[in-house]
Amino acid sequence: MNIIVCVKQIPDPETPAASFKVDEAAKKVIPAQGIAPVVNPYDPQATEAALRLKDAAGGGKVTVISLGPDSARDAIKHALAMGADEGVLLNDPAFDDIDNFQTANALAAAIKKIGECDLVLMGRASADWDMGVVPLGVGQALGVPVVSVAKAIEKTANGVKVERVLDDGFQTVEAPLPAIVTVSNEFGEPRYPQLRQIMMAAKKTVQVWSAADLGLGADATGAANRVMPLEALYVPKVESNVEIIEGDSPEEKARNLAQKLRAAKLI
Amino acid sequence: MPGILVVAEAAEGAVTPASFELIGAARKLSGEGAGPVAAFIAGSEAQAKELIAVGADSAYTSDAATQADILLPAVQAAVAQSGADIVLIAQSSLGRDLGPMLAFANNTGVAMDSTELKIEAGRLRATRSAYGGNARAEHTWKSPLQVVTVKAKSFDAPEADASRSGAVTAIAEKGESKITVLGTEKAVSTGIRIEDAAVVVSGGRGLGDESAFKALEELAGTLKVAAVGASRAACDLGWYPPSQQVGLTGKTVSPNLYIAIAISGASQHMAGMAGSKNIVSINKDADSNMVRVSKFAIIDDYKKVLPALIEEIKKLG
Ligand SMILES: Cc1cc2nc3c(=O)[nH]c(=O)nc-3n(C[C@H](O)[C@H](O)[C@H](O)COP(=O)(O)OP(=O)(O)OC[C@H]3O[C@@H](n4cnc5c(N)ncnc54)[C@H](O)[C@@H]3O)c2cc1C
Ligand SMILES: Nc1ncnc2c1ncn2[C@@H]1O[C@H](COP(=O)(O)O)[C@@H](O)[C@H]1O
Repeated sequence: MNIIVCVKQIPDPETPAASFKVDEAAKKVIPAQGIAPVVNPYDPQATEAALRLKDAAGGGKVTVISLGPDSARDAIKHALAMGADEGVLLNDPAFDDIDNFQTANALAAAIKKIGECDLVLMGRASADWDMGVVPLGVGQALGVPVVSVAKAIEKTANGVKVERVLDDGFQTVEAPLPAIVTVSNEFGEPRYPQLRQIMMAAKKTVQVWSAADLGLGADATGAANRVMPLEALYVPKVESNVEIIEGDSPEEKARNLAQKLRAAKLI
Repeated sequence: MPGILVVAEAAEGAVTPASFELIGAARKLSGEGAGPVAAFIAGSEAQAKELIAVGADSAYTSDAATQADILLPAVQAAVAQSGADIVLIAQSSLGRDLGPMLAFANNTGVAMDSTELKIEAGRLRATRSAYGGNARAEHTWKSPLQVVTVKAKSFDAPEADASRSGAVTAIAEKGESKITVLGTEKAVSTGIRIEDAAVVVSGGRGLGDESAFKALEELAGTLKVAAVGASRAACDLGWYPPSQQVGLTGKTVSPNLYIAIAISGASQHMAGMAGSKNIVSINKDADSNMVRVSKFAIIDDYKKVLPALIEEIKKLG
């Protein structure tokens, strides 16, 4: 089974609010001191799903694609260390500050160029923009079905059977291949690469493709061609007016809290 | 003439509360000059009339299955027939797929999970949370069509007025899906829906184990009007079902009282409950984000606080 996994490098989503800063004029996040960028947390889960499906199928290839700056190579290396076979970095100044519509089209072009592919696995959303739209765009561009927010994926005779997480429960669906499936946190923990695997991954090939390699002209890339301009980016203000409930013991604090809540008519 | 199309949804025969909130958002934009409000629902004429009663000027119905790829051509037809240049969709399981699909089909983008909408010089400007809630982003569109999904509880549903009237048109277009639904399983929800509860009692990783949720359920039971929620960390540990998860990737709640027990207040959790009117936290760490945003906080071990709190509330009656 040949599977393509799309992985994105993002600022660490667990960056504490206190360290999170924005350059409002540039409409960009200022990288937090000492906090390295990470792989979007859902993407190793997509990689894990790919590796398990490949194993279950008894063969095939897992190719990892990332569109991003030079440092995005690390996101690919992480997937290779987990066990993916090859990587492709989509890297071009023309990709700087593009929007997710443009990203989807570039990823779709890369998937077409790779060719043989039964299944594309992606994360349910990137934890930077928190949108969850690129997979639907890739599906549209490739004309293949997209099954979103997967908790479990299984190969069947007809394609893939996917257990999805819904707002109010779960749904099981089956899609023919080729298909795109997005993986959610409910899928479970991905494997963590060991040192030996990290060293082995260094030997695996990572090709680098430019916009021109993908046949994307100047009208398809570049921040100027965003379909949705970003007008402002800022950090919302939060005020703190907390009243710490006093008491000599935890029990007394609890009693004082109950009384305060009653006085404020909150209970 | 431009206008707004609201994509409403029904669940178990009833128009969802989020759909009425979308009408509230649409009326606000209409008041700012965005044109009339049309509503679309894959549902009955009676449901279409409910949407008109709360503020739609006209409505479209479809008998297509509520699956994004099947609904897309129907929604496209409603956009064309209504002439809408703004489409509002709920950030629901359906909307998460339909929003991007509709946008990409029209060569444009979508602002997902938007919390504020306004008209500026005749065009839409959407504000949404990004970076897990640490930032706010404002977007506009270059394309004629402007598509947004709207976060639950961001707008108030208008009062229904049964005397309002408008045309209801049935739409025949529907798509075909390559995806076969084999089964759907509803999360077992006991008691009040977390989205509707006046009080939400939520637990986090700091509870230490699954059994602590029993005490949270007891507290909720004592308060009568409460539902129990959880942080994603607690859900990922298998302590509580994902349907009760509060946050960016879980439910959005805005109760009168939110009691956060052993939850640190990561921005992604806050994204689901920052709209709560009053926040109370029980946490060992006075510097935690949840304590900072609280009205009242107890800095102590929840294990000692919680039983006494339940007892005292029982006493107060
Ligand atoms: C893309 C993405 C999406 C996410 N979506 C969500 C989401 O929808 N919802 C969500 O909740 N999270 C979400 N998260 C995770 C989020 O970043 C945090 O990791 C998570 O909210 C932390 O959960 P917590 O507060 O329960 O645990 P922790 O951060 O570990 O906090 C535990 C708290 O318990 C306190 N504590 C410990 N012991 C005790 C005790 N005995 N008594 C009292 N207090 C105690 C500690 O002081 C601490 O404040 C998301 C993350 C990402 C990257
Ligand atoms: N720049 C990118 N490079 C590779 N994959 C991406 C990129 N952006 C988004 N994706 C994929 O699309 C998923 C959803 O992203 P998004 O739509 O940006 O929230 C991610 O989890 C990735 O699998």
